[in-house]
Amino acid sequence: MSVVRQSLAVLRKDLLVDLRSLRRVVAVSLFGAMTLLLFSFAAGTDSVVLKEQAAGYLWLALFLSSTLALSESFRVELEDDALEGLCLLPVDPRALYYGKAVANLLFLLALSCILVPLSFGLYGPSLRLPLVNLIALLVFGLAGLAGPGTLYSAMTSRARGRDVMLPLLLFPLVVPVLVAGVKGTALVFGGDPMGQFGSWLQLLIVFDLVYWSLCGLLFGKVLDS
Amino acid sequence: MIDAPSPPLALEASNLCRGYQNRWALLGLNLRMRSGSSLLVVGANGAGKTTLLRMLATTLAPTSGSLAIYGERPQDNLLGVRRRLGLVSHRTHLYDDLTATELLEVTAAIAGMAKDADRNAALLERVGLSGRGTDVIRGFSAGMRKRLCFARLLLQDPDIVLLDEPYGQLDVAGVDFVDGLITELLEARKTLVMSTHQVERGARLLQQGLVLASGRMNWVGTAADAPVALAEALSR
Repeated sequence: MSVVRQSLAVLRKDLLVDLRSLRRVVAVSLFGAMTLLLFSFAAGTDSVVLKEQAAGYLWLALFLSSTLALSESFRVELEDDALEGLCLLPVDPRALYYGKAVANLLFLLALSCILVPLSFGLYGPSLRLPLVNLIALLVFGLAGLAGPGTLYSAMTSRARGRDVMLPLLLFPLVVPVLVAGVKGTALVFGGDPMGQFGSWLQLLIVFDLVYWSLCGLLFGKVLDS
Repeated sequence: MIDAPSPPLALEASNLCRGYQNRWALLGLNLRMRSGSSLLVVGANGAGKTTLLRMLATTLAPTSGSLAIYGERPQDNLLGVRRRLGLVSHRTHLYDDLTATELLEVTAAIAGMAKDADRNAALLERVGLSGRGTDVIRGFSAGMRKRLCFARLLLQDPDIVLLDEPYGQLDVAGVDFVDGLITELLEARKTLVMSTHQVERGARLLQQGLVLASGRMNWVGTAADAPVALAEALSR
């Protein structure tokens, strides 16, 4: 129970910091929107191509924005060595991890609330499966980014060139999330006559279960080092 | 005649060492402090005072040597050990975008305490931040930030209090407040370790003294003799 209580305290702290400063919200949202816009310029004016590639562009924008968001989430902890202050309290490292990971997941979900409508506006895809399918993909897909991403952003937070280190470490690991997210979203946009959507969603759920468990256990070691 | 039992051993460090790249920040430090005792740690800049206090606070792992807090080693029960420790450092460890009250609320929640707005307001009043509870910490002066650190320490109510340059950034009233707080903590039988450059002030308040020089124990004695010992160490 104390881990849950401590996780909620860390989550509350992170949400308060994000909502009060809005620095991370504005920077990451603008970056994501700009990425979507650049993809639409790069792909040209062919509306068929844009519709076909919409799923890929959306997830790439979410991936690129997520590294910025995750890196920023630990920069706050390093200002005035606030993380050390938190570690001085009898806080379970798992609580620190889950509090921050859930805060990062909520942040990425809020980001998707901006980027998904924008991608509909820019690329013009239509929904062939119920909206709830897309929401489920986003929740489990972004959890797949936030879970290992929180651990890696902690690992790289004190490293030189951390902004480069984080995507270098994180992207190879989360390739299954990218593939499942893009394939699943393409099915939501283009229809799913073979009933494949469930398989991609299951892949994301299994990925999340494995990495959220593993990263929670490893987070204490990362803090110690 | 029956002897009164001596207080338990609060803090025991054996051959504590900490290296940074190719030099020792602290080498071969041995320390035994009974519950309710106090120690003044002095030395020149870079002598290893902050390293020592961070290691005692368990936020910096020793390169070698061992540490026990009330008989427990941090590697065996880190959370249990940290429950008994509190540190006020020259780095304030604050979240700039929280308000003073929110910081205390988060601290209380993590430490497993109940939410209590009156207690938090009383703590802020005690450290001289009355009426500033809803202000964001980013707008606080350095002295106010330090005062907030003392509020957090009082909230934690640890058995062992570690103070690293507690007088830094404080105005005259703040310095008097710290003096009063130290006296209160000692009366409450807390174990206290303080490093400061205000050697005379520390010597008046605390019992034992330790002079560090280049990461080594240079002198150990009563705190009252620490100013002379430090002057001798610096003149060598």
